[in-house]
Amino acid sequence: MDLQNSETLTDTLQKATEHSSGGDNWIMHHIMDGNYLDFTPFGKIYLPHLELFGIDISITRHVVFLWISAALLIFIMLKVAKAYKKSLVPSGMTNFFEILIIFVRDEIAKPTIGKGYEKFVPYLLTAFFFILFSNFLGLIPFSATVTSNISVTVVLAVSSFLVTQVGGIQKNGLFGYFKGLIPHGVPVFLLPIMLVVELLGLFTKPFALAIRLFANMTAGHIVIYALISLIFVMKSYFIAPVSIGMALFIYLLEILVALLQAYIFTMLSSLFIGMAVHQDH
Amino acid sequence: MIANILAFSSMYSGDEGGGGLLSVNEGLAFWVGLTFLILVFVLTKFAWKPIIAALNEREKNIKDSLELAEKSKEESKRLLEENKSNLHKAEEESRKIINEARVFAESLKNQIMDDSKLQSQKIIASATEEIERKKEEAFGELKNQVAEISLQIAEKVIKQNLNTQLNAEVIDKYINELQKN
Repeated sequence: MDLQNSETLTDTLQKATEHSSGGDNWIMHHIMDGNYLDFTPFGKIYLPHLELFGIDISITRHVVFLWISAALLIFIMLKVAKAYKKSLVPSGMTNFFEILIIFVRDEIAKPTIGKGYEKFVPYLLTAFFFILFSNFLGLIPFSATVTSNISVTVVLAVSSFLVTQVGGIQKNGLFGYFKGLIPHGVPVFLLPIMLVVELLGLFTKPFALAIRLFANMTAGHIVIYALISLIFVMKSYFIAPVSIGMALFIYLLEILVALLQAYIFTMLSSLFIGMAVHQDH
Repeated sequence: MIANILAFSSMYSGDEGGGGLLSVNEGLAFWVGLTFLILVFVLTKFAWKPIIAALNEREKNIKDSLELAEKSKEESKRLLEENKSNLHKAEEESRKIINEARVFAESLKNQIMDDSKLQSQKIIASATEEIERKKEEAFGELKNQVAEISLQIAEKVIKQNLNTQLNAEVIDKYINELQKN
């Protein structure tokens, strides 16, 4: 049943994309990475191809926007930090970012990690703001959403995973940490199963993190493109207002999702760190 | 199902370096990892630490200020209370002093009055005595004078010595005169 369902799903998707623009998968072109910056009505800018030890490390569209978002983040945050040197009373932009910084510190890190949360706040802040900036950057026309690429979200999830493990091992010791993974009071004959389950659980957490962020950021964009492509599928001007209106609605939803996903990723990372650091509950 | 989706996404593995929708691209992953690592270090050193230090400092400032304000309030309240009690005490003191002064003045007045009354009585008594004495003296003198006058009268009477009737008249006349005096 499930197999059949997914087969039909695949088939439908395939047909839809083929149908939408004469077999050309243009939606996927927009969603996925490429070696050019796409300013379609005005042309394309092709990016250089790089290779290191046989690995293709070309500068792609997503790399460019990754750097833009990183540069923006560094620029703004240094400015904010500088503003505090002048006066402890925030104003303007500093005020806005202070709300988010305090939110991450007091509403995410403090309650989920508990004692010793200060050590993890810089990582969580970086993850939060990087995802936030990338998500919002992706909403600007002609840009690309870095976080809708699974390579990016996997790296972010892996960093969260590493921070979690290192934090847990630092707090509980190497042996103590892995011993603490198994809950207390488990019958001995269940130990092998629990070991497998807990080890699996260790890896499903970052996997879920990566997939969640990637899927959420991709889905919204696909829906917007699909709604726009309806105009071309129907070959009618009358469908345009409906398509645009709905796309606009999804776009507004995307703004919410952009904020929400940054929050969720940080929240869950923080939660996993808290679970690794304080294993007894 | 996942296999199907993977198969589906692999259909789109173009030749432009993107790979499938669900396949991880090592090059991009490398750049993301590098960028994110740099981001974490740079932001931690130059942004998060100073910002959080500033926030903590400000929170401490606010807390201290509030505590100080609370303490000052307590202090001022205490001072006010103290002032009030001091004022009260001073009032009490002044009232006591005034009362004492009043009592003292009263007693002084009474004493003076008594004294003066006594004095006046004494003076009156001495005056009365003097008057009495003077009166006695005057009477004594008068008696002498009367005797002298009577003697002189008698002398005159004897000197005239004539008709008794005239004498009698003259004596009466003189006695009358004497009584008038």
